[in-house]
Amino acid sequence: MRMKRMAAVAAVAGLAVAMTACGGDSDEGNSGTGAGGIVGKAEGQKKLVIGVKADQPGLGLQTGSQYEGFDVEIAKIIAKGLGVEESGIEWKTTVSANREPFIEQGTVDLVVATYTINDERKQKINFAGPYYVAGQDLLVKSDSTLTGPDQLAGKTVCSVTGSTPAKRIQENYPDARLQQFDAYSKCLPLLENGQVDAVTTDDIILAGYAAQDQYAGKFKVVGSTFSDEPYGIGLKKDDTDGCEKVNEILKTAAEDGSYKAAWDATLGKSGTPAPELDTTKLTHCGAA
Amino acid sequence: MHVFTDPDNFDAYVSGFLWILKLTGASAVCALVIGVLLAAMRVSPVPVLRGFGAAWVNVFRNTPLTLVIFFCYFGLFATLGLSLSQDLDLNIYWLGVIGLSVYTAAFVCEAVRSGINTVPTGQAEAARAIGLSFAQTLRIVVLPQAARSVIAPLGSILIALCKNATIVGTIGLLESSNIMKDLINSNGDAVIPIFLVFAGTFAALLIPTGYFFGWLANRLAVKR
Repeated sequence: MRMKRMAAVAAVAGLAVAMTACGGDSDEGNSGTGAGGIVGKAEGQKKLVIGVKADQPGLGLQTGSQYEGFDVEIAKIIAKGLGVEESGIEWKTTVSANREPFIEQGTVDLVVATYTINDERKQKINFAGPYYVAGQDLLVKSDSTLTGPDQLAGKTVCSVTGSTPAKRIQENYPDARLQQFDAYSKCLPLLENGQVDAVTTDDIILAGYAAQDQYAGKFKVVGSTFSDEPYGIGLKKDDTDGCEKVNEILKTAAEDGSYKAAWDATLGKSGTPAPELDTTKLTHCGAA
Repeated sequence: MHVFTDPDNFDAYVSGFLWILKLTGASAVCALVIGVLLAAMRVSPVPVLRGFGAAWVNVFRNTPLTLVIFFCYFGLFATLGLSLSQDLDLNIYWLGVIGLSVYTAAFVCEAVRSGINTVPTGQAEAARAIGLSFAQTLRIVVLPQAARSVIAPLGSILIALCKNATIVGTIGLLESSNIMKDLINSNGDAVIPIFLVFAGTFAALLIPTGYFFGWLANRLAVKR
């Protein structure tokens, strides 16, 4: 009797965790990686759940039920390479803070969401890629005199809780005042009104915001990057096969021009020419 | 439990709940004051005051708290420039206190008003008969009796307020829910233990509060 009751309590607690973690989605339990990670799942079910950002213009932006952007195009290329049709992709919004948990819990199969490869994250998940190398930069008002992170002392900088840029500001520029939100989109009205002096994250994300219609001409990206942010594709830690397969797909995409096409259709619209995808820098999928 | 043995994580955990307690404390005081004033307005003989009280209750009781808090930050601060402190965190804290107070005051008002209705009409009539004004009747005769009958509902409101305080996290205060998210983000393998610790802390704070208010309500109840 007592055992039964405890089991029931544990089950309810577990359920509550699952609900908070993914907004009450229904496909817990059966969204595991199946036999052999994403390759097995893609072959067996012809379906993939892919985590992307929903609030980053040019990279991953949700309008209605549609997601669009460079990350989304990259995700489509990978899905295609794994043999999954576009209709078989279930997009899932991930914010910076829930990317590792989503991968570890199996809520998503892949994450393509401006996801910087670093050692801390590598201990928990596996990275394929990088498919792009960004750098941390500052977005300021067009009339601002800020030229780099060294002038941030006493200034207010806005970023996202738990993100790499926020942590870098805390560690390297402790004199800057850091305002943290759960999404970059909340920083922009504050920058417009002057309550924060700068928004910081990767240059490519900032450029996406600066190019939005409602902010056209109001903001500028400072243009002095102070980090390298190789964007990777996050998978389960033990899914080495999946990771290698994704790297192969990226290599093919660089050669057959679909990488460039993905760029031109999204971020390329701002006039920036497509970068070269350096296939020699692809990760070793934890094998190294 | 390796997550909480790391002193950094433990400090973050403590500071998160300190913010919650500070938000709850300041908002509870403000909400109680505003709520009692509103209740007085709602039973007053002046139509304008009655209308104001009713409007306040209807607006704030029926607006999601998230929106109220959002308005405090993006409306009062970001757009109207109301800055309450030079310190970033304190500024958010006070804006959060404003939001929580005006919202909770609506519930306090309704609780107190229901308490006023439990005081027999004869009490107020007798007070008027000996020549007390409306304000005196309310202050000396009605409210003291009403207050004693609404201790338990006010306790429930306080408990709700404490949990609602986590919503201030949406405007960037590093309170418990943000700390929890941060810890989960960096310890994805220990999601359930972290969740249980945070949920357990709230329970440990609030279950005694509930019992205390139950005891107090019994002790102070007007025996009729």
